[in-house]
Amino acid sequence: MKNTELKIKDELQEESLFNGSLGRRSFLQYAGVSAAGLALVAAGCKKDRGYTDMNSGATLDFKDDFGVLNYAYALEQLEAAFYIKVASAPPASFSAAEKAYFQDIQFHEIAHREFFKNALSTAAIGSLEVDFSSINFTDRASVLGAAMAFEDLGVGAYNGAGIRISNTTYLLLAGKIVSVEARHAAYIRDLVSPGSFATAPQVATATALDMALAPDVVLAAAGKYIKTKINVINL
Amino acid sequence: MNIVNILEEIEKVDGEIYERLSPRRTAMKDFFNMGKKISLAALPLAMGSLFQKAYGQTTPTSVTDVLNFALSLEYLEYNFYNHALAAPVPTPIPSGAPLAAITLIRDHELAHVNLLKGALGASARAPIPYSDTDFTAGGTFPTVFSDYGTFLAVAQGFEDTGVRAYKGQAGFLVKNAALTTALQIHSVEARHAAHIRGMRTALAAGSAVYKPYVSLGASGQANDSGVPQVDAVYAGEDLTVQAGINIVGINGTAVTKAAAVECFDEPLDRAAVITIANLFLMPGKKLS
Repeated sequence: MKNTELKIKDELQEESLFNGSLGRRSFLQYAGVSAAGLALVAAGCKKDRGYTDMNSGATLDFKDDFGVLNYAYALEQLEAAFYIKVASAPPASFSAAEKAYFQDIQFHEIAHREFFKNALSTAAIGSLEVDFSSINFTDRASVLGAAMAFEDLGVGAYNGAGIRISNTTYLLLAGKIVSVEARHAAYIRDLVSPGSFATAPQVATATALDMALAPDVVLAAAGKYIKTKINVINL
Repeated sequence: MNIVNILEEIEKVDGEIYERLSPRRTAMKDFFNMGKKISLAALPLAMGSLFQKAYGQTTPTSVTDVLNFALSLEYLEYNFYNHALAAPVPTPIPSGAPLAAITLIRDHELAHVNLLKGALGASARAPIPYSDTDFTAGGTFPTVFSDYGTFLAVAQGFEDTGVRAYKGQAGFLVKNAALTTALQIHSVEARHAAHIRGMRTALAAGSAVYKPYVSLGASGQANDSGVPQVDAVYAGEDLTVQAGINIVGINGTAVTKAAAVECFDEPLDRAAVITIANLFLMPGKKLS
């Protein structure tokens, strides 16, 4: 963990230095130090963690729209990984229609994930490692419970993140996705408990408003399903 | 005619008129230079060009306009469900789960009406009473309140339109506090839409399937509702390229055209939504 944090800090420092105007001499001086620093971290990783994956941490920098889009990308990665697992081996009690819809939803989430990956291009965070050890994929209730949590969380996340987006195009894209997540959520809630598609507490009774959640709340809830360390800055 | 008087009159309704004019000195200069040459008869035209330049294409669709537009749609939806539930001869909605769902949705639409009305305060538009509406859409759906299936089909159209309408307005609320509320309503409309689609599938009992999300129609058309009369509700929903990125088979995945259509909902602009809404409003009561 410490290695990862160190490395991220190092990378950020490097980034900010590259962005500023830098004398040639001090650049070279810095580059030398930095390379040595990185090599040291990599060696540390190898020794302690058994791998040298340089992408073992992901930083969501909420200073601009890219941070918000990467946040969405992280959640879509999580959802896609979950549905791929469910769709490949659904609980035995799933009906044919349910299997078909979970196949659909799997592809929706894959499409969202790949869309963000392409849209973010070089600004995209790496692939996240997931941890679904708390889900029993052979048990209908466990799978539906997790699916409901992911979908409701996704809706709340997008609803809460909209206000952070400055670019109209990005905001519209998030809007195009969140209503599909809400459709998923309603469908899955009805499977868990018929008629619960828009009931409290997810949809408040008095105002009939859906949840809008702050990124730190969402990431705290999603954290138990994500192995990769996620660093949040400028929130 | 005194331009100062005119500007003062405008100031009463638009406190920012001077701010709108002052950064555009060329607009003012053009106008006054022109004033030396033009005749009195041409003055109104010149005034028009001044304000065209002052407000121009950057005219912000005000938050009030957006919220009043949303309020109109919520009134329409509320009247639709409320009439089905409360008419002297209620729509034959099966008791139990279906009736409970329609009641919940009606209550949500009323809550949205009250929320928007509260947010708008004195700027809120006049209420739309049931008597202003025509849910037969001029006779297109004569059995809308007497036939449960027709009622659900029209309900699906309303909910899917609602989702598209809110999405279409989001861009006018960038970084505005009202955006979050609008998004929170938007996703509730999507939940309603998904559930009503499920109710239609249950009613069809195997003869048809309406997915919770907007898919492709049976012949590959954008309208998947099975009701060609509501084609306008689904126009453009079959988009498969997002921000220049083709979603079909993206990055070598098995994402089909149908999945690509389903996984992104599309917006409708205000004019398109008004065209749809006006089908359900009496002559003389239509939105503009």
